Amino acid sequence: MNFSEVFKQSNQLCKVSPDGKYLATCVQYRLVVRDMSTLQILQLYTCLDQISHMDWSSDSLFILCAMYKRGLVQVWSLEQPDWHCKIDEGSIGLLSSRWSPDGRHILNTTEFHLRITVWSLCTKAVSYIKYPKACQKGIDFSRDGCYMALAERRDCKDYVSVFVCDDWHLLRHFETETQDLGGLEWSPNGCVLAVWDSCLEYKVLLYSLDGRLLSTYSAYEWSLGVKTVTWSPSSQFLAIGSYDEKVRVLNHITWKKITQFEHPATINNTKAVVYKEVERRPAVGADDLSLHNITIGTTLFNTQSKYEICPPPVQIPVVKPDPDRANPKIGVSTLAFSSDSRYLATKNDNMASVVWVWDMQNMSLEAVLEQCSAVRCFQWDPRRPRLALCTGNSKLYLWSPAGCVSVEVPTEGGFQVQSLNWHCSGDSLILLGKEQLLKLTETQRTLEYTSGLPSHTHLAGNV
Amino acid sequence: MPESSLDKDICSSSECRTPPLRQFSQSSLPLHRKSYMLSTFCTEQNVQECQSHINQEVSSLGLQPVWTESGSSSEMNVVAVLNCMYDLIQMHRRGLRSLENMEVEQLKSSGNVDYLQLTSTRLKEQLELSKRENTGLLERERQLQLKVKSLQNCLKNEKEEVQKLQNIIASRASQYNHEMKRKEREFNKLKERLNQLLIDKKEKKQAIDVLNNIGRADGKRSLWKTEKTEAKHEAEMYKALLSDYDTRQRELLLENAELNKVLQQMKKDMVSILSSKKPILKGDKYQDDGAQADSEDEEEVFDSSKESVELYCVHAREKLTNSIRLQWRRLKSHVERLDSQASLAQMGGSRNNDAVSQETHKEEMDRLKLEIQQCKDFIQTQQQLLQQQLSSPCDEETASLLSDCYMLQEKERLGDEWKTLEEQRTIFERERRNFTEAAIRLSHERKAFEEDRATWLKHQFLNLSPFPDSKKPPMSKSKSAFLISETKASATSAPEKLIRCPSGTNLPTPGCVPHTSSTADLYRTLCLIPENGATKPKRKSDHAEESGVFFNGKAPVRHKQWNDSEEHSSHTKEQNSSI
Repeated sequence: MNFSEVFKQSNQLCKVSPDGKYLATCVQYRLVVRDMSTLQILQLYTCLDQISHMDWSSDSLFILCAMYKRGLVQVWSLEQPDWHCKIDEGSIGLLSSRWSPDGRHILNTTEFHLRITVWSLCTKAVSYIKYPKACQKGIDFSRDGCYMALAERRDCKDYVSVFVCDDWHLLRHFETETQDLGGLEWSPNGCVLAVWDSCLEYKVLLYSLDGRLLSTYSAYEWSLGVKTVTWSPSSQFLAIGSYDEKVRVLNHITWKKITQFEHPATINNTKAVVYKEVERRPAVGADDLSLHNITIGTTLFNTQSKYEICPPPVQIPVVKPDPDRANPKIGVSTLAFSSDSRYLATKNDNMASVVWVWDMQNMSLEAVLEQCSAVRCFQWDPRRPRLALCTGNSKLYLWSPAGCVSVEVPTEGGFQVQSLNWHCSGDSLILLGKEQLLKLTETQRTLEYTSGLPSHTHLAGNV
Repeated sequence: MPESSLDKDICSSSECRTPPLRQFSQSSLPLHRKSYMLSTFCTEQNVQECQSHINQEVSSLGLQPVWTESGSSSEMNVVAVLNCMYDLIQMHRRGLRSLENMEVEQLKSSGNVDYLQLTSTRLKEQLELSKRENTGLLERERQLQLKVKSLQNCLKNEKEEVQKLQNIIASRASQYNHEMKRKEREFNKLKERLNQLLIDKKEKKQAIDVLNNIGRADGKRSLWKTEKTEAKHEAEMYKALLSDYDTRQRELLLENAELNKVLQQMKKDMVSILSSKKPILKGDKYQDDGAQADSEDEEEVFDSSKESVELYCVHAREKLTNSIRLQWRRLKSHVERLDSQASLAQMGGSRNNDAVSQETHKEEMDRLKLEIQQCKDFIQTQQQLLQQQLSSPCDEETASLLSDCYMLQEKERLGDEWKTLEEQRTIFERERRNFTEAAIRLSHERKAFEEDRATWLKHQFLNLSPFPDSKKPPMSKSKSAFLISETKASATSAPEKLIRCPSGTNLPTPGCVPHTSSTADLYRTLCLIPENGATKPKRKSDHAEESGVFFNGKAPVRHKQWNDSEEHSSHTKEQNSSI
């Protein structure tokens, strides 16, 4: 592992370009573009106000910077540094801004979800889409960038509009059988649209691209329902996380449930490996206080942690949610498939410090990672079945089928990892702290995994 | 009873004074009782009456009459009377016995009665108790029923409540939905209005400010929206869908083909297994009902399987699945049969008639048995050889080893003792030699001393003159001579010992000589000599010698040795140990 020096960032705005060559970060009202490999500053742009949102265009040529408070969007070109574009939404306000898949249009959602304004950078043309629905995920582009699905609300009924992104032609417009549409998501192959109801009702609807209802799935009634929905990269599985602390997996042929993953407080599964993070402060003896150690610095004062393998049964700390409050902290809120669709990582909100990894081939629990503090973020390596997670402390945790390892971020002043982003090559990671970021590059150094293999041998994996 | 009878007897005795006829008028039972008091019953006067009365009585008792009327004489038939008496006594005894029995029985029955009374009272108590319990239970039941009733009421109420609440919820939900819709409509209206207002507003409008337009990502120019484009989009969409379906179908086909292959393989395997088993299991199979159809099915199945490789039509699939099902059933039944056979074989013993390859099995078994036998033989010979090799030397060696183990210490100790003994003996030898030398010397010196004394005495006798000092110096010269003379003196006291002495110890060692022959001693001895005369000082000097020996540290032994020198050779051991 090779750690870069620490750079400043604000608002956790830091993104690697889709082609993986550049790294854009926002510091207050400045946008800094660096070379990904050398981290040398390539370009520096100054916006009109503090940037609240930043995004790369799909071709990695333009960067969009939105300043929601001012209702402004500024676009910068990487090829022509003096080219500029400024979109003013005026007094109508700006709620969110995003690129269209072709990277030549910007879709701005105005305040109160009044409308979506589509700005063309090619023609300066502006078009409006009325009645967008204010919901969890009301807009989604298909993976190939051809289609956009938009949730709408008209006359107290939910509709879905499918647009052709090429020329914003309305391809299909159909009413959905939902009480209150919660979100929609294209399957990765772009042929099936999953639509789910708000949490008051457990209902998942599957529509074909041409608007036909393929299937409806409902696991139970009355109690709070769907919390999150995720497609596997192979479009083969649709995983639904719900408030009943379960994940249900539908198949793509019959759209019926093939399995359900429960998140029990006591793990009795003998096949699953339970990794428990154990923190310990290093004992500072007199001889440890030699000059050498002091020069090494901060690691001396940090707690060290390592994983231990717990034999079942394992009791997992559970926080009981307050029943009187809305949006109770219970249920599966985060789901992520590994890039090869082999593993599914989940997090149950009332067991915030635990990440569950499921094997999708055997449809069984593969591993459980019990951290010392609540898991902030986890993300799969885009190339390999390797999961990186952070818990808001100075450590990065990695899981792979070979084992588990925690990596101390060796910076001064305590770098607290709030979120992380894999580079598209899977070779490096961007770690975001509260105000800083750093790049972590893979080298040929070996890390010692705590291995969950039956022999309990420590594998040295190349990280 | 008996008491009362006695009372009656007494009273009867008073009555008995009256003539028996009067008694006759009374009941016959008391008379019978009073028959004991015959002496008063019968008098000289009423013998006749008594006789008849007794006769009557006796006959009434079913005995032979005492008197025979025929004779009408007053002669008493003694035999008859005796018999009668005997019978009476017997009767009496019987009566007593029966009375006793009756009494015992009565006692028993009275006990019984007591017991029964007790049990009855107890039962009564129990009855009472159970009655009470019963009432209690009844009361409880009543209460419970009441409770149930109340609970049922409660339930009903709750149900009603639930119903009511559900209704409320439903009404509220509908109301809420309605309200929400209204709100949403209002909201939409507001949105519209806002939209309108914002569009109408002039001063702060939406605007885009681009330096220069950029080209499309694909480099093409944007097209006008026409029906053609619309159609094109539709076409593209359907194309995408179609391609998706296509790929999916292809995947399914592939999967299907794979599964088909697996099925085929399975079928083939099954068929081969079943056909190989056929000859063996024929007997079993014909016991089954549908056994006749089996062979026909087999052929049919085989054909269909061949066809189905190429044909994917419904018919072929059906056939395939059917045949597989059939085969599977057969295989299952076969396996089940095998299972039952196996269990039977296990039950019956180790009779393993495995149908798969009995001959090979047997062969293998034989071969293995032979091998085992060979191995056993080999092991045996090895053992024998080992035994032989070990046994012959082992017996002695082990014995010696064992004895060694036990006797080693003893032996060692013995050896040590021998060695010390040996040393001692050499020491003794040396001492003896010294002694002999000393004895020789002694004898020499004694001779010299004798001569000296003679000369000295001669001098004394000769000149009792007052100048003895002039003679003294020559005396001091023979210092050692004094000591020797002492030993010699002791030797003279026991002459036979002296003879032995030379073979004894090394007493006159040169080291002790100067000690004992100190000038003080010398003077003392010298003074003593004139006191006790010529013979006495010798004994005293013996003491002196003893003290001298003490200095050597061997005194007691030496002394003893002097006495026991005769047994010296036999007692060396003791001396050694004391040394």
